[in-house]
Amino acid sequence: MADKKVKNVFRQGAIPSHFIGESIYKHQTKTSIGAHNIFLGQVRADIIDNKTVAAIEYTAYEDMANAKFHEIREAAFEKFELTCMHIYHSLGPVKAGEICLFVFVSSPRRKVVFKALEFIVEAIKADVPVFGKEIFEDESHQWKVNS
Amino acid sequence: MLITIKYFGQIVEATQKEEESLEFSGTLVSELMEQLYKKYASLERKDFKVAQNQELVSLETQVSGKEIALLPPFAGG
Repeated sequence: MADKKVKNVFRQGAIPSHFIGESIYKHQTKTSIGAHNIFLGQVRADIIDNKTVAAIEYTAYEDMANAKFHEIREAAFEKFELTCMHIYHSLGPVKAGEICLFVFVSSPRRKVVFKALEFIVEAIKADVPVFGKEIFEDESHQWKVNS
Repeated sequence: MLITIKYFGQIVEATQKEEESLEFSGTLVSELMEQLYKKYASLERKDFKVAQNQELVSLETQVSGKEIALLPPFAGG
């Protein structure tokens, strides 16, 4: 089922909840699937030195990032029995409370989707050149680093 | 050789530009970095990795002439 074409994972701005709902709806025709698992990354209003994060502005080395997302996708299909898999990541400003990462995996069986989702999300955090500028309510900023 | 270099995230705060073409006469990535440190005083204090042709490389890698990118810590998700 692995798709050889490198897809563009990026979307401008936050990922709307209706888009996530529609993605689930579209899978109702794929009746070999018995289990979905979804990860949603949400921008957290961290408080640092008494200043609150209002938004994260995402940028990326897009060509390399899409190539890395593709490698992660291929590795996940290789490792786990997945029917399908979708990844969307935001670019540009995403406000606190909004969704910036949507990963959706589907398989005939449930155990696979728990393992696959964790593998994919951890690989995204470690290997994909995406950069986040945390913008505080007073418009000052700092650069986010994945821990 | 003429090399295209791309800068991202907080690296842009040191270079004040997202991309440039530089004439480079050395061999290794480390020599290219020395050249950049001379040009951009605050760059040496920044934390970043180097990619060549969209793959991470070490300072001992030979410069091939393909696109170089300076990548600060990743923050995806």
